[in-house]
Amino acid sequence: MNNAIIIGQYVPGNSLVHRLDPRMKITIIFLFVIFVFFANNVLSYSILTSFAIITTAITKIPFRFILKGLTPVWFLIIFTFLLHLIVTKEGIILFDILGFKVYSGALIQGFAISLRFFLLILITSLLTLTTTPIEITDAIEDILHPLKKIKFPVHELALMMSISLRFIPTLLQETDKISKAQASRGVDFRTGPIRDRIKAVVPLLVPLFVSAFKRAEELAMAMEARGYQGGEGRTKLRELKIRKLDIYVFLVFLLVIAGMFYTRNY
Amino acid sequence: MDITFKDVSFIYQANSPFAHIALKDVSFHIPSGSFVAIIGHTGSGKSTLIQHLNGLITPTKGEVRIGDYRIHSGKKPDSLKELRSRVGVVFQYPEHQLFDETVEKDIAFGPKNFGVPAVEISKRINEILPAVGLDENLLDRSPFDLSGGQMRRVAIAGVLAVKPEILVLDEPTAGLDPKGQREMMDMFYNLHKDQGLTTVLVTHSMEDAVKYADQVIIMNKGSKYMEGPPEEVFVQRELLNQVQLDIPEIIQFLHAFETRFGSHIPFKRQTIERLAQEISQVVKGADLRE
Repeated sequence: MNNAIIIGQYVPGNSLVHRLDPRMKITIIFLFVIFVFFANNVLSYSILTSFAIITTAITKIPFRFILKGLTPVWFLIIFTFLLHLIVTKEGIILFDILGFKVYSGALIQGFAISLRFFLLILITSLLTLTTTPIEITDAIEDILHPLKKIKFPVHELALMMSISLRFIPTLLQETDKISKAQASRGVDFRTGPIRDRIKAVVPLLVPLFVSAFKRAEELAMAMEARGYQGGEGRTKLRELKIRKLDIYVFLVFLLVIAGMFYTRNY
Repeated sequence: MDITFKDVSFIYQANSPFAHIALKDVSFHIPSGSFVAIIGHTGSGKSTLIQHLNGLITPTKGEVRIGDYRIHSGKKPDSLKELRSRVGVVFQYPEHQLFDETVEKDIAFGPKNFGVPAVEISKRINEILPAVGLDENLLDRSPFDLSGGQMRRVAIAGVLAVKPEILVLDEPTAGLDPKGQREMMDMFYNLHKDQGLTTVLVTHSMEDAVKYADQVIIMNKGSKYMEGPPEEVFVQRELLNQVQLDIPEIIQFLHAFETRFGSHIPFKRQTIERLAQEISQVVKGADLRE
């Protein structure tokens, strides 16, 4: 169960991408997500696509594994493509199926938008695939640090994030365990009419909530017992440091973006 | 119902960087009506193994046969519901599966799913309550108001109410106090005897295995390490020590007795009382000779 979903899962490794400073990774991905929307022709799209694919190759995570993990997203990508085929009416008519006309503009638009979508998801899933949740929250805390001046609870937010990330696998395990226990008691989650299947969720959700609340209480108790009192004066075991490597990678990324902007006018 | 495993392997998350072999070519046969203990360390594949018994997972390779059911790698049988009504599984910490408003409804949940008529269900509940040691006035309470031990009894009652022919127990006594542990194991043993169940017990406790089981299967790193009746398995101290398992206290005692007094008393699953008699015979016999 749940083997198909890899969004949010970390795959250990020691590639260049794995070792990059998480703040640098977040910055690059943030910028990439913005600049994907600036690509407007074959050349600029191929520059961004090659960047994404080369980065994926560098991580040494099997490409098939990533594609399989994106299965739930494929549906959205294909849906976007089909929607464009139907709605867009630009360019010349390519062919005509049962009075339904497919325009050349629609094909191009549909392809471009789906590709954009694919790139966005690929590059953002690379972040979680190559960065531990702890690194991500540390980086976000660091990036949001300036907001502390306006009394924004940066540390608490980061803590909340890392706790919820930490408990995703635990909750999945728990779900698996309880659904197996209920399946053994004759609950059928997979077949039967929709109404019965919705009803079948209750014996799963109630125990899940009960244990989640219990866990939260225990965690709070343990934190208090160890004298936790927020981020004030707290030091870190792993300090984030921008090294030369990070700067080089960022420069390469800037070059890619510059190349994309340059080819926009072709 | 007989249980047969034939070269069963199971791999978690096959074809991914997280692939993990949980079972490797496991074969064994459990005849109907026997009490089998499965022993092994955490991660030895015990829990994966028992999930094959009611089709929760299908083997990656090999075949599992339970009565007339055959579960192959690749394809599942059309309906697992009937199999699941005949194989009851008590998971580790079964109290986590309670969800309904009242104890009564929670116990009735399983049989209701398997289509047992309401009259029959309430009859069964009345039979089961004394067997698991619950009081009748708890039936209208919420299961979440009960103590941990009571919750576990309710959960177990919920599995027993289905009247399975095979009962699978995954460390049913974990987290109970010694008295509760003894009561619970005795309860399962009585049920096993009275209803002619086939019982599969996953446990860490050598004492329970030696006391109740007719057959012991020792798992190590996903493979079957040893198999046989307890009086044969547990006397092989070196083999057990190699996988960091201890021998039961009673056998340890017999060893110590032999080194101290130089006379060998064979282990044949005597009760403590019986053993005391044998020792007194040996000691008195020695006295007489002196």
